[in-house]
Amino acid sequence: MAITMSDQRPPEDGIVLTEAQKRSRRNRSIATALALGVLVLLFFAVTLVKGPAVLNRPL
Amino acid sequence: MSVVDHNGIDFAPRISEADVSDYIALLKPRVMSLVIFTALVGLVLAPGHFHPVLAFTSLLCIAVGAGASGALNMALEGDIDAVMTRTANRPIPRGRITRGEAMAFGTTLAFFAVMTLGILVNWFAGALLAFTIFFYVVIYTLGLKRRTAQNIVIGGAAGSLPPVVAWVAATGSLSVEPLLLFLIIFFWTPPHFWALALFRSDDYARAGVPMLPVIAGPDATRLQILLYTIVLVAIAASPWPLGYFDWIYGVASLALGAGMLALAINVYRRRERSESLRATRKLFAFSILYLFALFATLLLEVVVRALLPSLG
Repeated sequence: MAITMSDQRPPEDGIVLTEAQKRSRRNRSIATALALGVLVLLFFAVTLVKGPAVLNRPL
Repeated sequence: MSVVDHNGIDFAPRISEADVSDYIALLKPRVMSLVIFTALVGLVLAPGHFHPVLAFTSLLCIAVGAGASGALNMALEGDIDAVMTRTANRPIPRGRITRGEAMAFGTTLAFFAVMTLGILVNWFAGALLAFTIFFYVVIYTLGLKRRTAQNIVIGGAAGSLPPVVAWVAATGSLSVEPLLLFLIIFFWTPPHFWALALFRSDDYARAGVPMLPVIAGPDATRLQILLYTIVLVAIAASPWPLGYFDWIYGVASLALGAGMLALAINVYRRRERSESLRATRKLFAFSILYLFALFATLLLEVVVRALLPSLG
């Protein structure tokens, strides 16, 4: 059934995610966190490898 | 129940159900594997010592850059993918991921890949990676793909650059060897994709993509495949007499080239539908093996040279 804007449900109800939506969002969040973790580790490892000269690189 | 305004427009936000695997599919993993492999060869061939952590970083950035290009390409070609059998199962035509989501994903990955390569390795490599992504997305996907039958010839430059980016990452400069690798992939691209286009020409015609078999017909395409294969085999063998790569590569390139040429001649000669289809599929499959084997030989040669310097 279609209802008009003035008949909207109270905002506190919000949007209720289905189980599939919750699961996929969680998986995407974990993958994003892992990717960011890898990026941090990569910068850390390269800093160790290059030492204090980490910013001295050929242009 | 849905929430609509007075004009009947649905206001309910779209909540994505896309899983990680859908986003991985956007990266075109099979193309990515070839990019990683050719870039690895570029890294290994580069002279001088390159720290393994930096080598890994370079490969990762090149791989992510290639994936970003794939995602942006899919974002821009959702309409074509939807009508082609080969690509109808991609995440955008299936409705798993929207065009905007794919654009955001590809742009973010491209930004991080280029910046990370520039900051951690060198800016020449970073700039070259940025150019590669730009070339694939803007020049090939937006400019050439829907306009000219030479789309994959010119666009092939983007797929040929990864070993050059890897070499530049390792050395900070350009040289003849990576340009030879570039030329090999560049001249390999037309026979490979035109073989695919020959047995998928109905697909391409339906999607309105002006691939050579659609525009010039199968006979002209067979001739072009043969001509490009002759040039490819000559260019692939040239580094041996020119002294850039050793005899192991030379022998392998001649043997593999003979196989490629025989299959291209077969494609040129077979005009009857079922025979022609079989010959074209064989050439397409062998062309993948050809490039992998050719580049694997270069790796082998480096290993042999390291273990047995007298053979070099």
